[in-house]
Amino acid sequence: MSNLIEIRWHGRGGQGAKTASLLLADAAFNTGKYIQGFPEYGPERMGAPITAYNRISDEPITIHSNIYEPDFVVVVDDTLLESVDVTAGLKNTGAIVINTTKSADYLKSVLKGYSGEIYTIDARKISMETLGKYFPNTPMLAAIVKVSGIMSDEDFVKDMEGSFKHKFAKKPEVIDGNMKAIELALQEVKKI
Amino acid sequence: MSIRERLSGNEASATAMKQINPDVVAAFPITPSTEIPQYFSTFVSNGTVDTEFVAVESEHSAMSACIGAEAAGSRAMTATSANGLSLMWEMIYIASSLRLPIVMSLVNRAVSGPLNIHNDHSDAMGVRDAGWIMMFSENNQEAYDNLLMAHRIAEHKDVMLPLMVCQDGFITSHSIENIMLEEDSEVKKFVGTYKPEHYLLNRNEPIAVGPLDVQPYLFEHKAQQADAMRASKQVILDVAKDFEAWTGRKYGLFEEYKLDDAELAIVCVNSTAGTTKFVVDKLREQGVKAGLLKLRVYRPFPGEEISKALAHVKAVAVLDKSDSLNSAGGAIFTDITSSFQVHKVNVPTINYIYGIGGRDTKADDIESVYKDLEYVAKTGDLGIPYRYLGLRR
Repeated sequence: MSNLIEIRWHGRGGQGAKTASLLLADAAFNTGKYIQGFPEYGPERMGAPITAYNRISDEPITIHSNIYEPDFVVVVDDTLLESVDVTAGLKNTGAIVINTTKSADYLKSVLKGYSGEIYTIDARKISMETLGKYFPNTPMLAAIVKVSGIMSDEDFVKDMEGSFKHKFAKKPEVIDGNMKAIELALQEVKKI
Repeated sequence: MSIRERLSGNEASATAMKQINPDVVAAFPITPSTEIPQYFSTFVSNGTVDTEFVAVESEHSAMSACIGAEAAGSRAMTATSANGLSLMWEMIYIASSLRLPIVMSLVNRAVSGPLNIHNDHSDAMGVRDAGWIMMFSENNQEAYDNLLMAHRIAEHKDVMLPLMVCQDGFITSHSIENIMLEEDSEVKKFVGTYKPEHYLLNRNEPIAVGPLDVQPYLFEHKAQQADAMRASKQVILDVAKDFEAWTGRKYGLFEEYKLDDAELAIVCVNSTAGTTKFVVDKLREQGVKAGLLKLRVYRPFPGEEISKALAHVKAVAVLDKSDSLNSAGGAIFTDITSSFQVHKVNVPTINYIYGIGGRDTKADDIESVYKDLEYVAKTGDLGIPYRYLGLRR
């Protein structure tokens, strides 16, 4: 399974990291991939650190364990950087994507010399601008799609439009904001 | 035409129940199987199914309601986990001894205590001698497929036994994965309608169900249960053959994964079998002759068939996700080693208790078992055969 991509999400309960991992699984499924999307269930509560996972492959996936050597890590909340070892096992050939406005120097210092690529995005700003509320998961989803290259931006945008139309059938007013958040995130995720 | 979908194990199980559209579902919510009755009650509210959904006040009542419904002549299903199954305990035996083909989805979780909501197989292993047919599922697909086959097996006139379909709590119940679903109309055709031979609501044949069974009778009735359990083996295979002709997906009593020419074999059930396949593939690339026997049908226990399938290997490790706390070994281990003795198979066999209370089982853990097996195969030295995998101490 050389084409297997493994992704680990770090967030806090209530920020939608689990939902984002399921949406990513959905989007990859819709491009014909084999997928897994699963959270690590612990003592769930708002604000507690949570972990979620994705496996994406062109071939059936049989492994059923958590992910210890991910290709990519997504950090939805930068206050986790000092308390959770977010780069644990992260491959040097991979990348980490962080929702943050902190400086490159700070990030490098808390990532303990991680030598792979580091990407940042201000998901709070994007979310506030497009949705008027803080829902970091949509921009972070777009950011990891961009960084991992698991599908083209176009396929992703088209797929998300379809999902949002279905998901928000009763709240069509939020579809435009979410689509705008995705477009901005695809542009604004930057390597440091 | 099969339909390509992505569902969690619980969604897959609820979908199977929707397509089966049983007469009665009685259930009480318990993690991690809660979603099954939750989704199913939505189907009832939406009118997608015409099932009588009984929202009982406990699992004891859930099983009691299923027993009443089946005795009356209808098809009944339920879902539960861990302590829910514990609370059903009394009625579990009543269901099988009354020969009521109830089908249960058991989402495996550690039985308290101390309290733990995560996966192991202590719930299933606690009822292994209760007279239920027990099937295990590696993933959402198998949880779905096993449920689609369940009624045909349980309701067969040679069988008439309740049946439980197990899957790993959270690991597969809450993981979204690819799955192939079948069309509603095709499922309906395959499952068929339940036509019980004897039932309480048959006005032309007044019967009593569950009266006092005294010394001259109980022994014979138990022997009949045992006969039915033996007979179910062939029925399970026959139904699997029909299922394969329909869907193309092949099932047996167990799955042999690269076992033909294997020298080192692991035996396990449920999701760990998938992780083991991943490791077998990796080791095969390195020239290690690793193989897997994934047990699908645990009751009836296919001891003779397993003995035959493993007779040629040099060493076997049986993984038990439940500790019998008996100083002898886990349930599957003791079943397999006693089968080996009866069928005159002499393969060094060791046991690992693993994954208790949701302890994650990594590919590295499985690889370490094959490493241990290499040593056992080479030296014949079993060391301590009753071991732990992934235990901190």
